[in-house]
Amino acid sequence: MTVGEGASLVERGREDKHEPPVVVLVGNPNVGKTSVYNQLTGERAHIGNYPGVTVEQRSGRLELPGHGTVTVIDLPGAYSLSARSAEEQIALDALLGHAGLERPSLCVVVVDAGQLSRNLYLVLQLLELELPLVVALNMLDEVAHNPPSPTALSRFLGVPVVVTDGRRGTGMNELKRVMNERLGKPTSTRVAVSYPPALLADAECVADALPAAWRTTPGRDRALALWALASVEPGDELRDIPPGLRERCDEVRQRAEPRDIDRELIGARYACIDGALESLYARLERHPPKRASSERVDRVLLHPIAGVAIFMLLMLVVFQALFSWSDPAIRVIERSIGWLSGELVHFLPAGVLRDLLVEGVIGGVGNVVVFLPQILLLFLMIGLLEDSGYMARVAFLMDRVLKTLGLHGRAFVPMLSGFACAVPAILATRTMERQRDRLLTMLVIPLMTCSARLPVYTLIIATLFPPSHVFGLVPLQGLLMVGMYAFAVVTTLVVALVLGRTAVRGRRVPLVLELPPYRMPSLRLTLRGMLERALVFLKEAGTVILACTVALWALLAFPRLPEHEPERTPSAEARAAEARVTTPPVHPTAPEPSRSERRIEQSYGGRLGKAIEPVFAPLGFDWKIDVGIIGAFAAREVFISTLGLVYGVGDTDDQALPLREKLRHETQGGKVRYTPLVGLSLLVFFALSCQCMSTLAVVRKETQSLKWPAFLFAYMTTLAYTLSFLVYQCGKLLGFS
Amino acid sequence: MPPRVQHLSELELAQTADIEHVGGERSFRRRLMELGLVPGTRVELKAVAPLGDPLELLVRGASLSIRRADAALVRVVRAAPSPAKAATTSPAKAAEPAPRGPLKATPVRGAQ
Repeated sequence: MTVGEGASLVERGREDKHEPPVVVLVGNPNVGKTSVYNQLTGERAHIGNYPGVTVEQRSGRLELPGHGTVTVIDLPGAYSLSARSAEEQIALDALLGHAGLERPSLCVVVVDAGQLSRNLYLVLQLLELELPLVVALNMLDEVAHNPPSPTALSRFLGVPVVVTDGRRGTGMNELKRVMNERLGKPTSTRVAVSYPPALLADAECVADALPAAWRTTPGRDRALALWALASVEPGDELRDIPPGLRERCDEVRQRAEPRDIDRELIGARYACIDGALESLYARLERHPPKRASSERVDRVLLHPIAGVAIFMLLMLVVFQALFSWSDPAIRVIERSIGWLSGELVHFLPAGVLRDLLVEGVIGGVGNVVVFLPQILLLFLMIGLLEDSGYMARVAFLMDRVLKTLGLHGRAFVPMLSGFACAVPAILATRTMERQRDRLLTMLVIPLMTCSARLPVYTLIIATLFPPSHVFGLVPLQGLLMVGMYAFAVVTTLVVALVLGRTAVRGRRVPLVLELPPYRMPSLRLTLRGMLERALVFLKEAGTVILACTVALWALLAFPRLPEHEPERTPSAEARAAEARVTTPPVHPTAPEPSRSERRIEQSYGGRLGKAIEPVFAPLGFDWKIDVGIIGAFAAREVFISTLGLVYGVGDTDDQALPLREKLRHETQGGKVRYTPLVGLSLLVFFALSCQCMSTLAVVRKETQSLKWPAFLFAYMTTLAYTLSFLVYQCGKLLGFS
Repeated sequence: MPPRVQHLSELELAQTADIEHVGGERSFRRRLMELGLVPGTRVELKAVAPLGDPLELLVRGASLSIRRADAALVRVVRAAPSPAKAATTSPAKAAEPAPRGPLKATPVRGAQ
């Protein structure tokens, strides 16, 4: 293929005859597009990603009698085709077959009958592009008392209009019939928007600068020129706009001053729509009853007192579900994995392969599957909140609070979920449409006190702090635990403020939030969405988590101790290493290090722990804690079991007394090794550091880049190190040991 | 009597007005206008969030929420009780009584 101004600009012809024709589904947000999509494609859906941007591409297959199998692509909901970012540009690219995407043979636009004028704005843009078009007039039942006339609408637009009900699935056969008929037949629009002559002259001038690959008919060229005039400007984040077109747009806009091109363009389209509305309705009215009933619900749900109380209650349910209700399922998964490993140990001959399988692979699968209960529950609830229309109200209620952090009201549910687990919370940032908001939210979520930190906090606090009372009243240990939550909230606040002004600065885009009418959510749709999320997680993040678990296992398992070596004689090397870093035990009766202790110590992970000991010594950590920190990268709570291995008390949990005793009695130079000051430093470190490969794996998946997980890890580790350093060193200066 | 020209942020609850000019950064005004807030469109301040921000507007039968600071960039003319004006500017013309008092709409065809 010849490459002109950029390979992606060249429209791909349909050279490959084996590729099925493509139908794209477009529409405003909240018009029931996804349910129409599901009705058309059945249960099979493929979720991929548009190249280069973090926009999901959902596609499925549909049989059309005259055309065989066609691919149906569900485009992200949009109010308009004009774009400021590469994410918004996807809509145009997918419709025209730019940027290497398959050129569609048909476009089905789903229209909310209750929001006709705003929906028609998008339809006009599609018509101007002369795409083969079918209108699916959806949600007509909500305006049954005074519906727009489909025949009149079809007459006005000059394209077929099919009445559909995505939820009940009615009208689908008719839609398929019309799709079959219209596939591949271009539309020459009948609607003539009367743009001001000056604007048409501007469009002509811009059209001359369109790249040859974009040009087709005069009408479509004009539509593309108008798109460019509305979208291209200095500082936009569009992709593949040829410099010539960019210059021309700037030139024309400057020349047009002081005319208001945007107002002329948008105003002319709405004037055209408003002019037609009267012909579409038997009578025009101000308030459709559906909206009126939604208003009545809002009067309660957005009430300053009742509304806020209900909001808090609902959010408590969301949090409780993630935090507690998922627990039994998580336990079942953990037990099953444990049982499976136990069985395999019996069946397989001892050796590297068995250990790899049992500790690496099965452990890794466990590390992935264990997230499923929370992910499923969170997406079930998000689906219900989103479908019912309440999610927009959450954003409405919380926007004032999150605005101060430079975040969007929609960040609330993901942030709240972060207190249970960062992994589903990061996946939940999909509810935000803007890339910058999503990124900022993703970068601060891992600072929340997730449930994996709790066992670590419990161990440290219960072991290293006395069970005394502050002022003889407040228990110190409980106070510390509450303090850790407060600490997380404060650091999240500060970090969000700082990152929002530095790393993810981005343009300030004002909040424009639609509050859709309340609707009864469809459980089937929600369940389907939930399963789709879970599968994408398993496929894209799961593999990375599995690989990391195996790598971490190898780090702590190799090199292996010779099998024939007698159990209780540490190797000379290990002894030397032991002598170097820790003084001999004070108790003359102290046992020799067990095999598991020596194994860990000799492993690459153990050596790494010792190698980095000087780095972490100013924080008050010794190599044993360092090994625990390395192990905790698999998941924070693994810190405890790794320490258990280091101290030879076997696999353990936070309630295990032997480990607590060992930690309390660990000494160095005759003094207690782990003082409360070390404990505090360790708490701070665990609160701030990014000790979670799963978090990094989902951030990589969600941002489709390595840059952001690397940045996340770097900033959190730096923050953790710095603050732990300050805590320990200041503590020492103040005379604590 | 308050001035007829004011900003969207200064409307009182349940008050209606016609948009005169959408100001502010280009992406914001383009977004608002594309959502139907073109000059001449009637808007109503429907609610204010419990913490005082953002605002909920009723435009073309849809509820939109924008922040107070952004609403201050939108100039409006308080709706005059002139049915002719409503007929030429607002698509959301009404033939039925609206559910709430201040919204009581004027029958359009009868007036023409």
